[in-house]
Amino acid sequence: MGLTSKFVSFWQQLFGDSVRAFGTVSLVLLISLAIAPAKNHFSEWRHYQKQYLKMIRGRGEAVTLQRHFQGDIQQVWLPELGVVDRCTTCHVGLKEASLVDVSTQPFRKHPVIPHSLDQFGCVMCHRGQGPATTVQEAHRSTLAWEQPVLPAKYIESSCGQCHRWELTGTPTLNEGRHLLTANGCVHCHTVKLPDGTTMKATDDPPSLSHIADKTSREWIFAWLKDPKAYAATATMPNFKFNDDEARDISAFLIANSTPVTGDTVGLNAKAAPDPSAGASLYGESFCASCHAVQNTAGNLVGGNVGPELTRVGSKVKPTWLQAWLRNPDTYDPETAMPHYRFNDQQVVTLAGFLQAKSDSDLLANVHLDPSTPEQIAHGKHLVTDYGCASCHEISGIKKPENFAPDLSRIGSKAVNQLIFSQGMPHTLPDYIAGKIRDPRASSPGLKMPQYTFSPAQIDSLTTALLSLNERSHSLPPALTVAGTPDSNYQPAGKAGKLMRDLACFSCHRINGHGGDMAPDLSWEGSSVQRQWLIDFLKNPNTLRPALIRRMPRFNLTDAEINELTDYIMTVYQSPAVDRDSMPLTGFSPTQVEQGRQLFYSKYACQSCHIVDPKNDKGYIGPTLTQVGSRLSSAWVYHWMKNPQALRPGTTDPNRNMSDDDARALTAFLMNQKGSAEAKKK
Amino acid sequence: MTRYLLLLGFISAGLLSTGCARKTLSEPAPKAGAYGSALVESSGGKQVAAVGTILPQPVVVQVNDQQGNAVPGAPVAFSGPAGVTLDPVSGVTDSSGQFATNVSLGEMAGRYQITAKTVNKAQKRVELKLEEIALGYQQVLGWQLNDQYCDRCHNSESTPERVSNYDNLEVKPHPFGEGGTLNKMGDSELTAIINHGGPALNKSPLMPPYGYTLSKTEIQALISYIRAISDPPYKTPGLVYAKN
Repeated sequence: MGLTSKFVSFWQQLFGDSVRAFGTVSLVLLISLAIAPAKNHFSEWRHYQKQYLKMIRGRGEAVTLQRHFQGDIQQVWLPELGVVDRCTTCHVGLKEASLVDVSTQPFRKHPVIPHSLDQFGCVMCHRGQGPATTVQEAHRSTLAWEQPVLPAKYIESSCGQCHRWELTGTPTLNEGRHLLTANGCVHCHTVKLPDGTTMKATDDPPSLSHIADKTSREWIFAWLKDPKAYAATATMPNFKFNDDEARDISAFLIANSTPVTGDTVGLNAKAAPDPSAGASLYGESFCASCHAVQNTAGNLVGGNVGPELTRVGSKVKPTWLQAWLRNPDTYDPETAMPHYRFNDQQVVTLAGFLQAKSDSDLLANVHLDPSTPEQIAHGKHLVTDYGCASCHEISGIKKPENFAPDLSRIGSKAVNQLIFSQGMPHTLPDYIAGKIRDPRASSPGLKMPQYTFSPAQIDSLTTALLSLNERSHSLPPALTVAGTPDSNYQPAGKAGKLMRDLACFSCHRINGHGGDMAPDLSWEGSSVQRQWLIDFLKNPNTLRPALIRRMPRFNLTDAEINELTDYIMTVYQSPAVDRDSMPLTGFSPTQVEQGRQLFYSKYACQSCHIVDPKNDKGYIGPTLTQVGSRLSSAWVYHWMKNPQALRPGTTDPNRNMSDDDARALTAFLMNQKGSAEAKKK
Repeated sequence: MTRYLLLLGFISAGLLSTGCARKTLSEPAPKAGAYGSALVESSGGKQVAAVGTILPQPVVVQVNDQQGNAVPGAPVAFSGPAGVTLDPVSGVTDSSGQFATNVSLGEMAGRYQITAKTVNKAQKRVELKLEEIALGYQQVLGWQLNDQYCDRCHNSESTPERVSNYDNLEVKPHPFGEGGTLNKMGDSELTAIINHGGPALNKSPLMPPYGYTLSKTEIQALISYIRAISDPPYKTPGLVYAKN
């Protein structure tokens, strides 16, 4: 009762008569009109701008900074990129070079990058919500916005939206892209790149169609259980098969295997009596250029082109190994392993040496009963179910299409479409990294195998995957920076066949195709002298004593060497260097002497090269004691003029040498024919 | 009034939430059974990595007793400035008295101080401070160029894959960390040496000119890298104003 009367009197006070009512309504109207300006006045960004002005007041360059400062909301609007960024409203000092010492946000100067902020805006690289004007909405994902700011460790992913190829300055992105192809991720996951091509795997998982020739069922079982137990460098992930599954898959693979004629021929030759002969043959053949072996200290020594050989004796069958060493093409015509022309005794010696590299623990606990038809059938079912044929060729099983989710646009997958496992922060980068770290965490029924990437590798992979996003597909074509994909170059004719037999392309690159371990040979014919090439192929001695990885000797016949030499000298010519435009000999002693002085004083070439083995010590560049018998004078001359033009990326700097200096140095270098004894060797 | 109430509410909510966050972030150190009296660095100090990324090697510290013997089972906790993540943050030393943690640096280029702590028998805190360096884009670019063009001579350490040429040079090049010398040289002087080589500036002719090989941007990147890893740290000269 009392309450009602109170309310009535209150009402009467406000609206009792028309004057009161008018006054009250006006007041309410005035207040409500003031709400919007007040909200604006107390807004977050104004607060930051005031803070900024306060901060710069005390600085020496206050006047300049004050002049640059523009109040109100700032905006970078780039319609063709879909960018509306108001970040500069609060991040006022982004372009102020003098604020380099300021570490408080949002006033830090932007670190130096190759792009202009006005041209690209902010969200192109950092993600987040450009048009938002509060800290929360701009940086975090809220109900209305889905794109949080990208953590700095993944920032290189944004470079990858436009830069489709390896880029100096983005090592994380480069590494991530490399891991995606080298670990076979793209065997199962399709990745369509914005240029229309599909990412191709660079690893080469072996065919399993003839596996019974090569190894035992016990080894397959042990390998399936844990590939890392056999080789620390194994790229095959762990599928976490239980004993029954591993038993049945190994049963199926052995039963499914068909023999290859000639790949298990035992030889009658006897191994060399000297027990160290195998080790020296392994060393002389530079097997370590491609294959790694764990030494007693547990460190891997050797290359990663071929499989690790630490426990190879526990894996391969002796007859298969002999046949493989004799000619690997019999078992696998596509192999990266060269066909060494070993004689039978060498084969037996080397095979014996490798066979001794075994680990008795590996197969000690593997006891398999003969397989039953049910087991084989179940094994086949598992092989299909786990998509083994995505990576391996297995006769009778088709390579599955789209076996795993397509990752072409994974970098802009909406967070509400993801299933997060417990404790995982709800962001896309965290999801991707978590998935790579523990693929089956969100549900035990998933099939993705367990990899053993380091935390840094996971970050690299996540970076590469985040670069595959909607924006990368919708960018104006003028912005994209394409790369040069590997060509399909194949040398022709008999020499071409020989080069494939020797697997030259496993290490050397020619016309955009091949490996990067050894020098690019595209212009080798312009570079070297014929006789040197012949001698080199007979007995490749290294030009760079500091290198571990070297060219092996293939024991070629004279006819083969001639075939190769003719082809290289004729076909692999640089358009810029005419081999015959300069004589190889006949330089005047004055010119040679002038060259010597230039070499030692003006250009100080001895800091990296050795001409006189007694006094010169530099060994970054190749030794030049016999360079006059090795290189063509035209090549040397052009190298002096601009080394980068002949071998992009070489450490040797361009000296912008005068023609006279280049000619004198060429004369001096071409005079270095090596001593008679050295030549005989 | 309501405004104040709201504010109060916000403040208390904020305090509560940060309090909770703190709790989850720094787990209490596992109970330790042993105590040392000194903390020393085993490895992992002075590393270089791009901003936000994991340092190539873990940071390993060792707890020693007064005789200098390693103490297994002693508690160690790491801490760092905002943005640094440590995995794990704390634990006890292993059988060799060591404790390792993986460190990711923050989002801003510069130096980060990582602090390792342990307690001695008297429950007094023993600290060890380590410094790590985070590189921004420009410095990462410089780092890569350094690897390609400079490192073989300017770094005296050899690896099996990369033999150093340092010892072969009659006039020794300055390692880029040598702040004592390089900090005295201005950016223009360094640019000139890289551009024109040693002889042009009356220095060793063993340093060749790279001005025709590297672009201006690349040389700037290289210098920013040299400044970033300098020891003692390089201080940018303040702005110079013209005086009457």
